[in-house]
Amino acid sequence: METTAIEWIVIVLAASVKMGTPILFGTLGGVISERAGVINLGMEGLMLIGALTSFVVKLYTGSTILAVSAGAFAAGAATSLHALVCISMRASQIASGLALTMFGTGVSGLLGDSLTGKTITPLMDIKIPLLSSIPVIGKIFFIQDALVYLSYISVATIWYLLFYTRVGLNIRSIGEAPAVCDSIGLSVLKYRYAAVIIGGMIVGVGGAYFSIVLTPFWVDNLTAGRGWIAVALVIFAFWHPGKAMFGAYLFGAALSLQLRLQLIDINISPYFLAMFPFILTIVALTIATIRNNKKRIAVMPASLGEAFFRGEKH
Amino acid sequence: MKVFRLHLLLIVAIMLAFTGTTVFGKDVKDLKAAFVYVGPIGDGGWTYSHDLGRKHLEKMGVTTSYVETVPETDSIRVIRNFARENYDIIFTTSFGYMDTTLKVASEFPKTVFMHCSGFKTAENVGTYFGRIYQAKFLTGIVAGYMTKSNVIGVIGSHPIPEIIRHINAFTLGVRSVNPDAKVKVIWVNAWFDPSKEGAAADSLMDDGADIVSITTDSAAALKAAEKRGKYAIGNDSDMKPYAPSAHLTSAVWNWGVYYEHIAKQVAEGTWKTNKDWWGIKSGVADISSFGDMVPADIRDKVNKKKEEIIAGKSFVFQGPFNKQDGSSAVKEGEKLTDEQIWGIDYFVEGVAGSLPKKNN
Repeated sequence: METTAIEWIVIVLAASVKMGTPILFGTLGGVISERAGVINLGMEGLMLIGALTSFVVKLYTGSTILAVSAGAFAAGAATSLHALVCISMRASQIASGLALTMFGTGVSGLLGDSLTGKTITPLMDIKIPLLSSIPVIGKIFFIQDALVYLSYISVATIWYLLFYTRVGLNIRSIGEAPAVCDSIGLSVLKYRYAAVIIGGMIVGVGGAYFSIVLTPFWVDNLTAGRGWIAVALVIFAFWHPGKAMFGAYLFGAALSLQLRLQLIDINISPYFLAMFPFILTIVALTIATIRNNKKRIAVMPASLGEAFFRGEKH
Repeated sequence: MKVFRLHLLLIVAIMLAFTGTTVFGKDVKDLKAAFVYVGPIGDGGWTYSHDLGRKHLEKMGVTTSYVETVPETDSIRVIRNFARENYDIIFTTSFGYMDTTLKVASEFPKTVFMHCSGFKTAENVGTYFGRIYQAKFLTGIVAGYMTKSNVIGVIGSHPIPEIIRHINAFTLGVRSVNPDAKVKVIWVNAWFDPSKEGAAADSLMDDGADIVSITTDSAAALKAAEKRGKYAIGNDSDMKPYAPSAHLTSAVWNWGVYYEHIAKQVAEGTWKTNKDWWGIKSGVADISSFGDMVPADIRDKVNKKKEEIIAGKSFVFQGPFNKQDGSSAVKEGEKLTDEQIWGIDYFVEGVAGSLPKKNN
């Protein structure tokens, strides 16, 4: 059973991708929503709703595609409440997001109560022909389950959409200066609704990853706080899908290293390892912020968290 | 002055004793029992097992009530509410409720309080826990026989004496039938974090473990083992339904037996403050049914050992055994006292893994 150092690293990194994937979906959802100017603190709740719905659908239909779609739609439906409250009714996005988390945690616990002890078959890994034979990289990224591949596609799609299309430009502009966009005839409301609800659906897929892949059963509070890591990662990733991918895998790596270092007689306190990703992100954030300040770049969408009132004078 | 104070204490004690017997001669059916839980009943583990005990009382005709997921910081309010509503017994089922239970108990001397897993008592506060380490020892024997790679993984929750005790008992069980086997420990530093527990199981199996045993609350590790065609051992409640093809057995609680005993005592008026540590003999701690893959001869050997422990012929922490570094922990013919078992802070020989060092 002796493994070489490189083999060990490959195993750890492959596990990091798996642990990072639900956080990645959550972060991507947050990026879309916040690029349009709406904060979503409800991710933990949305993930739980997504996780429970996908689990139930997979349990009764056996279909992964149906299960993941159902998880996404359920989370999307819950997010539309958030959208209604903070886009149309202009209530506090912070309060509404927190309420969404509490609602999701509560409702998933209540409805999932009768599912104790039921399990499903977890999703198996698929080897991508050619790509998986690339040394090192292939084993890390291309012997994974279908949802991991979906996350790669999502990152590329959202990246392209946000930065290389007209629609993306509109979303980002609305996040910066909704009044200006409104004056040139863009519907701020429509764009924001779309961004928030689609964002919520992607968060729901992250939730589905918990119950379909990582822990193929339902227990109360299955996500155990990962949604909050995604909330933080949206900021750490500077609202960028590529950096979100890197950040999510960094957290995934910290989670799996915490466990695996204990087995190779490297005596680092588990408490230190548990806080390690947070230290790393704070350092990364500090360096990046200093750099951006020097270049006078503001990365945070300027209207983030503010409700839009048509015709309001500043 | 001192004498006076002593008198005063005596008088108060006598008064308490009298007021405490107002439920004297009640029928069990007139009792009202309340439960304060630290987690959700749906955790499938610790709180779930206490709730099965509550349902047992309910079947006997006791009126019961509970509040789940009570944070330790908010427990005083919940406990006090139950006391105000004239419950006869209040069970508080988490270590962190110890001081709040005592505080409320001092305000409601007529009510009986039972606190689980602590060490402080009072006139109307008893404390109780179970010797589940005996069940852990038996599951260790199953693992010792069933392993082929001689590497068994354990997922540690928090490095506290309770869990160290359970890992030691498990390891002693393993090594009693298979001295070549090693027990590898990974700490997840959480009672409940399913995806992390699953990842820890994967790490252990990547490292050669063919059986994974848990001290955490969820069945995630059992599912991870099932996915790879390996075996696993459950914790707190029978986890067979989660992973029937991987589940060898579980160390389980059966609180109903104990709660029945306490309810009857309170009804009869014979209840006195106590420090109970019931074990496998009473059935409070036990092992669940075996998985189909466990051969009959192994089942027989485990059951025989169980009978020996019940009969008091065999003990879990009996010598000779060594500490992790090979130095002697207990000599031939000696055994650890209850106090030593309760506060054990070292690993026994055969455990590969380290305890986080104390910071002083």
